[in-house]
Parts: sequence; C-alpha cells; structure tokens
Amino acid sequence: MQREPPVLSIRGLRKSFGATEVLRGIDLDVRPRELVFVIGPSGSGKSTLLRCCNRLEEPSDGSILFDGTDIRAPGTDINAVRRRIGMVFQSFNLYPHMTALGNVTLALRQVLKKPRREADEIAAAALARVGLADKQGAYPGELSGGQQQRVAIARALALEPKAVLFDEPTSALDPELVGSVLQVMRDLREAGMTMVVVSHEMGFARAAADRVVFMDQGEIVEEGPPAAIFGAPQHARTRAFVDQIVRH
Amino acid sequence: MPGFVETFFNLEIMRAALPYLLQGLGTTLLLVLLVVPLGIAGGLAVALLYRSPRRRVRWPLILYVDFFRAFPPLVLLIFLYAGLPFAGIEIGAFTAVAIGFFLNNSAYYGEVLRAGIESVPRGQWEAARSTGLSAPRAMLWVVLPQAVRNVLPDLVGNTLEVVKLTSLASVVALPELLFAARQAQSLTYNPSPIVLAAIIYLVLLWPFVRLLSRLEHRMLVSR
Ligand SMILES: Nc1ncnc2c1ncn2[C@@H]1O[C@H](COP(=O)(O)OP(=O)(O)OP(=O)(O)O)[C@@H](O)[C@H]1O
Ligand SMILES: [Mg+2]
Repeated sequence: MQREPPVLSIRGLRKSFGATEVLRGIDLDVRPRELVFVIGPSGSGKSTLLRCCNRLEEPSDGSILFDGTDIRAPGTDINAVRRRIGMVFQSFNLYPHMTALGNVTLALRQVLKKPRREADEIAAAALARVGLADKQGAYPGELSGGQQQRVAIARALALEPKAVLFDEPTSALDPELVGSVLQVMRDLREAGMTMVVVSHEMGFARAAADRVVFMDQGEIVEEGPPAAIFGAPQHARTRAFVDQIVRH
Repeated sequence: MPGFVETFFNLEIMRAALPYLLQGLGTTLLLVLLVVPLGIAGGLAVALLYRSPRRRVRWPLILYVDFFRAFPPLVLLIFLYAGLPFAGIEIGAFTAVAIGFFLNNSAYYGEVLRAGIESVPRGQWEAARSTGLSAPRAMLWVVLPQAVRNVLPDLVGNTLEVVKLTSLASVVALPELLFAARQAQSLTYNPSPIVLAAIIYLVLLWPFVRLLSRLEHRMLVSR
C-alpha cells in the first residue's frame, strides 16, 4: 500500500500575491484513500494551497503532480484535470438558478457529454449517496445550509473524482447542521475516497484523519497522526495553535 | 380659427392617415428587431471583452463605452448620414441608422451586462470551473443566466429607450412611424397624425412599461 504512487504530489510550491508570499515552499504527498487534514491560523495559506491544486489559483513556482499528471505543464488540459479533482467550498457555491439535480448534471452533460437520461441517473445516485434522494427538484434557496453543502458534495462526486478537496466545508453552517455534512464525509472516507480537508472540526480530525498538517505563514510547520499533533506537538507554534483551539 | 379638438384630435384626418402610419409602424418594428439584437450582441461582446485581465484591451473599451454614451445619438446619426459623404463614404439612411444605433446601443447594453456579470459572485465561476467547465461554458450556463436575471429591469428599461429612440431615424428620412406622421402632417396641414403616432407609441410601449415596473418592484422586494 505504501508503494502506491501518491494521488497528489506537491513539491516546492510557492505562491505570491504581488509582493506578499503566501505559500513559501510546500511539500506534500497525499496517498490513495488517505484523508489529510489541514489546520492553521487564519491567513496561513490553507485555502490558497487547495486552490493551487486545481489551478483556481496559478502557482508561482514548484510542481504539482495529480494522478501522475503535471498540472502546470504547458500541454496539460486543465479542464480534464479539474473534473477529476472535486472541490467543495465553504460557501457551497451552488448555482441558484438550477435545481439540485441541475447542479449535479451540468458538468456531466457539458463536460462528460452524457446524454440527459444517463446524466440524470448518475446525479440521482449521487444525491442519494448524500442523503438527498428526495430533494432532486429543490432549488438551493429552498434547502438548508447543510443540505446545500451536501448537494455541492454530490456535484463533485458525480464526476467520479480521484480526490476531493474540502475548504472549510462546515464553517458556514449552523452548529446543528454540521453533523449531517461530517457524516457524508465520514461515509466517503469509508468508501476509500482520497480527501484533503481544511477545517476546524477537531473532533472529526481525531476520528477520521490519517494525518494532520499544521500550516503557519505559508509553510508546513509540522505533520503527523492526529494523536501526535493534538496530543504532543513538537513545535511551539503548533502547540500554541492547538492549545488555543482545544480551549475553545 | 378651428377648435382644439378639431386641430389635434381630428378623427377624419387620423382615419385617413392611419394606413400610412401603420406602414411607418411596420418600419419601426423592423428597425427594433434589427437594432435591439445587434445592440445586445455588441453589448455582450463589450462586457465579455471587459473581463480581460489586459489593460490594453480594457482601456479602449472604456473609451468606446464612455464616448458613445456621451455622444448625442441624433448628432451621431446626422454625422453618419450627412457627414460621411464628405469623406467620400456614401451610406444609405438605413445603414446609417443601423451603424449609429449599434454604436450607441452596444455601449449602453455593454454597461448593463458588465454590471450584471460583476454582480455574480466569484464563487459561481470558480465552482463551475472546478468541475471542468471551460470558460465559455461556465459563462454561458452559470454566470450569464444569473447576470441577466440580476439586471433584467435595466435591460428592459434600456430596450424601451431604444424603441423610443428609433424615432430619431426620421431625421435621415427613414420612413418609420414618426417620419410617416410628419409627412401626413405636412400633407394635411394638421398635427393630428403626430398625436396619433404618439398614441401608437403609448399603446405599443405601455405593456412593457408595466412589465418594467413590476420587475423593479420584484427586485426591491427580493432584496
Ligand atoms: N486573491 C488574493 N489576492 C491577494 N491576497 C490574497 C488573495 N487570496 C488570499 N490572499 C492572502 O493570502 C493569505 C493566505 O490566504 P488564505 O485564504 O490561503 O488563508 P487561509 O489559511 O485559508 O485563511 P482562513 O483560515 O482565514 O481561511 C492571506 O494573507 C490573504 O490575505
Ligand atoms: Mg481559507
């Protein structure tokens, strides 16, 4: 299992916005079926790291291999890469003018060129998988935040991605709705999905993460199993951050 | 001296002028069917080009839009129709109107559509692109429908203005509604045909004015 090549392999990744360097040389491998959990203070570059992985943000330097493809190589079809990397956003970003089913089928039809019947079937199955079989015809405005986020997850899953990136998927949710989304993520992990999750849900990290990565000021300060990072952090910066969030 | 009603609401003259005015109305409607889609297409091109990160692209666009929004359309028409021949370019009344309206309308529609596109949150674009949609498809399926919905009152209002502005074509002798009415007026020495033209404009535009005010109300309520 250790010999399987990583799904995602990041080397020397740097990203600057103007004069400020936000990522300062990130090295990270994500292996198949692994759930990597990323924590760090606000502004440490967690979102930027995820967004560089599918080039929503253009990296300034370094290399990113996804499933063996160098996503920064000039000849790479970035759209083909993106449909195999799912992305789930803090603010859901569902298309408000389309039903839940329409949200999920759009890329199936426009990118994968599936005929309507087949696209509808795949989308229905994806919605069922996140527990929303009965919400196919609902518009995002008619759904709770938790339901919206699960539609967004279904939208990513329907394309059968090799990995899914989650950027604070539960941060915009009322506390009582967080559980339903985390449950879907737990199910995904059970099913062997490769995941990178930026989140503050430490309970989820302890229970489900294979590895926790602590970032600060654009660098990976420390990484390890959740028990080690939360229980016995090696670096002062990690300790300070963990202390702070555990107290809350 | 004839009375007010006889002068301005002379039914006999109106009845006589009506077929002629309806012919003019036909030309007006044709003109609308030509200049509105052209203007929207041009405006869409302006709005889409404006998204370019290059300043070299955006700069000329800003100049173009500002210029044609500030330039009086009547002067533009006269210039195209009567001025260009001096430069050795002879264009007919119809071409002059088509070009003049295209320049003016694409600037206005361009501003409206640009505002619409900018009103759609960035996350919509990013979500679409993250599922592998190409930029044109993300624009067509995700951003534009929301952009148009967000500025629908402005689009309808702008179109109303364009319909009214087609009467400017009368200055270059294009036989649209107002031109027909003025001809009838000079033939009958009576302003009733002009009043009749006004009534036709009112009847034609009123449903759209209603629609517009309902759209505006709905936007306010949904806010
Ligand atoms: N488009 C941008 N232009 C300029 N600066 C940016 C841009 N996006 C992010 N930044 C800056 O980069 C830094 C890292 O931002 P990022 O969003 O990656 O942090 P984060 O770790 O996700 O923070 P948070 O926990 O608040 O989400 C911040 O200082 C932010 O202000
Ligand atoms: Mg973030």
